[in-house]
Amino acid sequence: MIEPEISSITPEPADKKKIWKIWWVAIVLALVTAAEFFVALQFPETWKDFKIFLFIGMTFVKAGYIVMEFMHLGHEQKSLMWTILIPCAFVVWLLGALFIQADAIYQAIYG
Amino acid sequence: MANSVSLNTTNKDLWAGGAEPYKASYGKLMMWFFLISDAFTFSAFLIAYGVIRFRHPGYEGTLSDFSFSQNYWPVPEKVFEAFPFFHGVELPLVFVGLMTFILILSSVTMVLAVEAGHRMDRQGVEKWMVWTIFGGLTFLGCQAWEWSHFIHGTDAGARLLDGSIMYGANLELNQYGPPDFAAFFFFITGFHGFHVFSGVALNFLIFYQATVGILERRGHYEMVEKVGLYWHFVDLVWVFVFTFFYLV
Repeated sequence: MIEPEISSITPEPADKKKIWKIWWVAIVLALVTAAEFFVALQFPETWKDFKIFLFIGMTFVKAGYIVMEFMHLGHEQKSLMWTILIPCAFVVWLLGALFIQADAIYQAIYG
Repeated sequence: MANSVSLNTTNKDLWAGGAEPYKASYGKLMMWFFLISDAFTFSAFLIAYGVIRFRHPGYEGTLSDFSFSQNYWPVPEKVFEAFPFFHGVELPLVFVGLMTFILILSSVTMVLAVEAGHRMDRQGVEKWMVWTIFGGLTFLGCQAWEWSHFIHGTDAGARLLDGSIMYGANLELNQYGPPDFAAFFFFITGFHGFHVFSGVALNFLIFYQATVGILERRGHYEMVEKVGLYWHFVDLVWVFVFTFFYLV
């Protein structure tokens, strides 16, 4: 049997403000998710495009909090932050290119 | 200025890892670069989903008249409306919503574990890692139920193009809509679920290393931070999957 090792290190006391900030971000994430539900189930069906616009906006709010606070990227050096964020612009390009393609296929079949 | 190099730094330090680009350690930087590549993989999956959905006709009528058909893409909230122990009750998106909350909460406990690690608080790291692992396992359990329900289908099933009735889904055909719909469900949520699974495995490894004192003897808890980055990323991906697969 392995003897339980007794730690000789005394941990530093927790910074209350830091802990509160973590829970505050958690509350924001939960509230935005709840708002997404409200939009999905309570807004009229005919507002389809507006709903999609709201969903994408709220997704980016959540993504921003997760990346900047939980993953700490907002508190790293600015050069590191941009090294991570700028390459993601290529995704937007792929999105645009492939949706033009998809529309062309749709027009060829159903148009 | 070119000649303001610190005299304490020898060339050997600079080239043997003594200098930290972006003031981030090698391990953290490599984790970030891996996460970018992983983000591209998931983006490709989700964009492919959008493209295939866009090239199929959408459902035109009102939601209350909706029925499954092979001729148009299904409305997600009509597909995912089941909840364990509430058979036959329509609860659109409630179960995936619960899964979202579980994953966000396990992300929060992970941040608390990282914070405890910064203070060299071994018991804190152990406690919050247990909660994080618990959250991850719960999410995987929910996903197993979700898959099982999706594969077995509804009581009524739906008619395929050849006139036969199909219940549930496989990789070739499904009752919900065009074959690609189920294929994308399996690939996107499956790929994400596998990330959650490997995240739980890594979390357990870190929990073990903290418990037996390996990390304390090392003098820092940076491994918790690195694995934490991966775990938050898994949560981040789910935020996007939730929007683009279940809501839009």
